[in-house]
Formats: sequence, C-alpha cells, structure tokens
Amino acid sequence: MSARNIGIVYRKELLEALRDRRTLISTILVPILLFPILTVGVGYAVAGLIEEADREPARIVVLGGTDSPSIVSSLAKSKNLIVVSEPDNYVDLISNKKIRAAVEIPPGLQSAAGTDYSPVKIYMYSGDLKSTTAAKRIEDFFNEYRDNLARDRLTAHKLPTSFLKPFDIKQQNVVSEEKVAGETVGGIIPYLVIIMCLTGAMYPAMDLTAGEKERATMETILSSPISRTHLVLGKFLLVLTASLVTAALSVTSMGVSSWVIQHFQDQSSGSAMHIKIGLGAVLAVFLVALPLAVMFSAALLTIALFAKSYKEAQSYISPLMIVVIVPAIAAMLPGVELTPRLSLVPILNVSLLCKDLIAGNYHWNSIALIFLSTCLYGGAAIFIAVKMFHRESVLFRS
Amino acid sequence: MIEARSLSKRFHDKKRGDICAVENVSFTCRPGSIYGLLGANGAGKTTTLRMLATILEPTDGTALVFGHDIVEHPEKVRASVGFLSTATALYPRLTAQEMVEYFGRLNGLDESTLKKRIDDIFDRLDMNSFRDRRCDKLSTGMKQKTSIARTLVHDPPVMIFDEPTLGLDIMAARTIVAFIRECRQAGKTVILSTHVMSEVEKLCDVIGIIHNGALLAEGTPMSLREKYQEKDLEEIFVKVVTAHVVPGMAAEVS
Repeated sequence: MSARNIGIVYRKELLEALRDRRTLISTILVPILLFPILTVGVGYAVAGLIEEADREPARIVVLGGTDSPSIVSSLAKSKNLIVVSEPDNYVDLISNKKIRAAVEIPPGLQSAAGTDYSPVKIYMYSGDLKSTTAAKRIEDFFNEYRDNLARDRLTAHKLPTSFLKPFDIKQQNVVSEEKVAGETVGGIIPYLVIIMCLTGAMYPAMDLTAGEKERATMETILSSPISRTHLVLGKFLLVLTASLVTAALSVTSMGVSSWVIQHFQDQSSGSAMHIKIGLGAVLAVFLVALPLAVMFSAALLTIALFAKSYKEAQSYISPLMIVVIVPAIAAMLPGVELTPRLSLVPILNVSLLCKDLIAGNYHWNSIALIFLSTCLYGGAAIFIAVKMFHRESVLFRS
Repeated sequence: MIEARSLSKRFHDKKRGDICAVENVSFTCRPGSIYGLLGANGAGKTTTLRMLATILEPTDGTALVFGHDIVEHPEKVRASVGFLSTATALYPRLTAQEMVEYFGRLNGLDESTLKKRIDDIFDRLDMNSFRDRRCDKLSTGMKQKTSIARTLVHDPPVMIFDEPTLGLDIMAARTIVAFIRECRQAGKTVILSTHVMSEVEKLCDVIGIIHNGALLAEGTPMSLREKYQEKDLEEIFVKVVTAHVVPGMAAEVS
C-alpha cells in the first residue's frame, strides 16, 4: 500500500475541490449559513409577527352584557382592545378576520357574579396569532376582574387572601443541564451530524466518479501507473474530508447561532433557562459519527461510479437521502431507546447513541458495540468501492 | 517493443449477449517505428490499445510492453507507456503545469527531476505562456500540447495513440502528427489507431488492418501494395475487409 500515491491523489482532488464553486457552496457555505438563516432569520421573523400582534389593538365584539355596563365599559377601556358593535354576524367577522374575537357576557354577571356559574365565553379563530392574542387579552381582563372580586369579598369577610390559595405548587428540575439538553435538543444534533455527513459527501462523490466519466478524464487517470486501489482510496479520503467538514461546520454554526439567540434572550428577558451541551459530548458525537461518515463516503462513491453522468448519479443518490433520514428521525421519536438489537441497525444505532452521549450517559458496552459494528459497515463499504473500481463493466459502462 | 500474443477481449452485453471485440490478435511493434492499426469504427482498435495500456484486461492472450507482461505487471506497463486519445481529457480545474506535475508524481518522479523535466518539455512545446492557466481556459491547441506534455513527462519508451487527431482542427492535428514523428525519431515504440487513410500513409512504417476484432492483414505499405496489387491504401483496405466479411460481397463492393 503506497501512502505516497494515495496522498498525491488526495492533494490533487483537494486542490480541484477548493477551486470548484459547487463543492465550496455545498461543503462550506450551506452548512455555515443554513442555521443562522433558519434560527436567527426565522426566529426574527416569528418574533416580528408576535410583536406586531402584541402591539396592534384588537377589534372585538361584546355579546350581551347590557346588565353589566361597568364591566363592558372597563373592557372597552382596557389596553389594546377596541369594542365594536356588530354582534349579529360575529362568526363570519372572526372567520374573515374583520374582528379578532367576541366575548359573551352571561346575564347578571355584574350583580350576581359568583352565585350563577354561567361562564364568560370567548369566541376566536384557533391558530390565528392575532385572534389568539385578542382572546388572551380578554381572558386576562376577566381573570383580573375575578381576582379583584374575590379579594374584595375576602376583605369584606375579614379573611386573608391566602384563604383561597392555601399553598403553591412548584416544579423543580433535579437533573443536570446536559441531561435536559439530551432529552430536549439531544436528538437534533445527531440528526444534523448524520444528515450533514451525507449531504457533504454527496457532491464530491459524484464529481470524483460520474463527473470524471462525463469530463472524459477517467481514461486519463486509468492510463497512469497508479493502482486502482490507491486511486479509489485517495478519492475516498477527499469525500470523507468534505463529509466531516460539512458536519463540523454545521454543528459549529448551530452552536454559535443558538448561543447568539440565547444571549439576546437572556439580555432582553433576564431568563435563566439554559440548555447546556458540553464540548466533550459534541466531540464524542463526532467520534461515533466518524465510521458512519466513512460508510456514507464509500457507499456514495460506489453508487455514483455506476453512473455515466453527473445527472444520472443524482438520480441514483437522491433516494438514498430517504434511506438515511428515516432512521435518523426515528431516533428523535420519544420512547425509542437503545437496545442490543437496535445497536446493530446502521444509522439508527449511531443516532440513538449520540442522543445518549449528549445527555451525558456513557454506556461503554453500547458505545463499543455500535462503534465496532459501524466500523465494520464502513470497512465493507470501502471494500465494495475498491472492488467496483476494478470492474471494467462499471468503469466503462456504455 | 510491443509484442501482442493472441490478444482477445469478450464483453457481455445484456441485449446483445456475448460480444467478441478482439479475437486472437498478435503483432509486434519495434522501437523507432510507427505501427498503424487501421480499422473502421467498432473494429476493435480502441479495445486493443486499451488492453496494451492495461486500462482493460484481456479475456485471453497477453502482450509484452517494454518487456513487461500486461496481465502480470500492469502497473509497470503503465509506467513505460504514454497513452493519448481523444478520451484522455485534462482536469479542467488544474493549470497546465499542475496537470503535468500530477502525472509526473504518479509516475514516481521526485520533485527535482520533475521540475527539470517540466521546464524542458514546456520549453520544447512552447507552453510557458500558459503554464499557469487553468485547463478549462485553454484553446484546443494548448490542450493538445498539455496532453502531449502529460504523456511525455515520465519519458516513456512506448507511446500509444488512440485516434489521436479525431475531431481536431487542422492545426491541432498537425501538432499531434509532428509529435508522433518526433517520438519515432527519439527511438520510441509507437502504435496508433486510426481510420484516416492519409494519416496512415503519412506516418506508419507498418500497418495492421483490423476488422470485427480480427487482424486481417499486416505489413509495410509497400508490401501491402505488392500483395494486393493496388496503389491506393483505401482500395487495399476495402479489398481486405470485404473479402473477409461476406465472400459474395467482395465483388459487389469492388
């Protein structure tokens, strides 16, 4: 085995990859920009919509309430609510977003509150942000009215306010922030690493095989003294590099985006809620994903080598995305836990293990089993790729 | 020296079944001379040359190229051969110099020898003006020169040209023809395939007529003219081929 020859092929492929706009976009630009755009961009857009809904006064209709004038007038004076008087077709008006909500005040609420248990009903457009905001404002108004009424009555009977609320209930998290992260966002990081390992390897794998056939350089390189085994290993290393760089950049970019968002949230709301993912856990995820990236790179090279052109290679490789996404997503489903049998299922095993690693759970037997089985699959994929590069029917398929 | 010994190549095609692309072909090419493999499209020229360059493996038979067996030591054979065809394109994102350097390194040249060799070849082929230009930005002529430089960088004793002027304009084709002559003068063993009669007339010392995978006739242009009593090489070619395909058709064609 000549490391020199493999190195020569690798360096040349790297040089070409760095000069190829499409490779740079898929390997470097997309993973760097994807998460800031998704998190910061979409986050800002959603925050903007919420802010607008909060700021905008909501037009509402009051149904009934003729015998509760002070309640209606207080409601009309409350902040960001405009009471309009078109009670007849309020359902259509809410559906057409002409008004945001309607509130039905039961008869005698003002005089007999607390004796008759007819509820105050709020009619709204479920799922519509502005309608939900308006309904919340109405609910807040009536909650406050009810609390004040109860307080006044307690005072009248010389009873403390704690009479109605003799104790509080509080939830307290007792596990580490890492474990919380494992359960909440723990599934996303392995999913991301796995998908990015695949997408990062896709374009270079096609370029280095079907692309060579299309550009008629395959025969050029096959006429040189390098053995086909060294040639495929050099190419494989470049595809693996692209795969790992894409995954690393994606996770780094996601980490930075999350940090920026959390930093600004803390500043604006003083929130103390943190999701902590240790650097060690992320590195462990990469270590476990390494043989998986090996498997992807070799498998993609093999599949793309069958194709005569870049386009044909794309049509072979696209369905592979589904094959990878399904087990990667399955690991994110609640209740799917790592078992000895699942430890042997490629992709799903790594995905489940990574979730555990993020949560700080290191089950060494599972780690060893999954790492070794994935190494085995990766090795088998390289072996098949090398075999394929020796087959004339594949290299010169017409 | 190239000695082809009963070279055969069969392929399996799903639609057409087993295809015999080359059948029992034997010939010898000597240093300092040009052997021309003459045949129509699909005659088996490219397959024969690809086997000699060890890009394809023979189904039966073998060949010795510069003393190395193509089946036993394909890597040694490739190190002794410069292979040029219209299907051997350049890497578009490498510069002319990087392209030649890559093949020099793959041929085991150390960096100082490589630099000396490249400087020498680039001077000889007048390539210095575009040595740092990317191959996808080169003109056809410049690409041809770079391909020539790529085949010459390890100074191979054997040169294999598969339809080297196919699809080239006159000027680019002339560069290639001149280069082939230089190879002969330098004492290299040269084999080329073509279906262009004028190219064969101009260049070849020995001609082998190949048809349907079989070598039907072989000899110097002079000996072939004497044997078939024809001056025109094209007529000789038609006589050889038609006599062999359908015996009854020979008279009709001629």
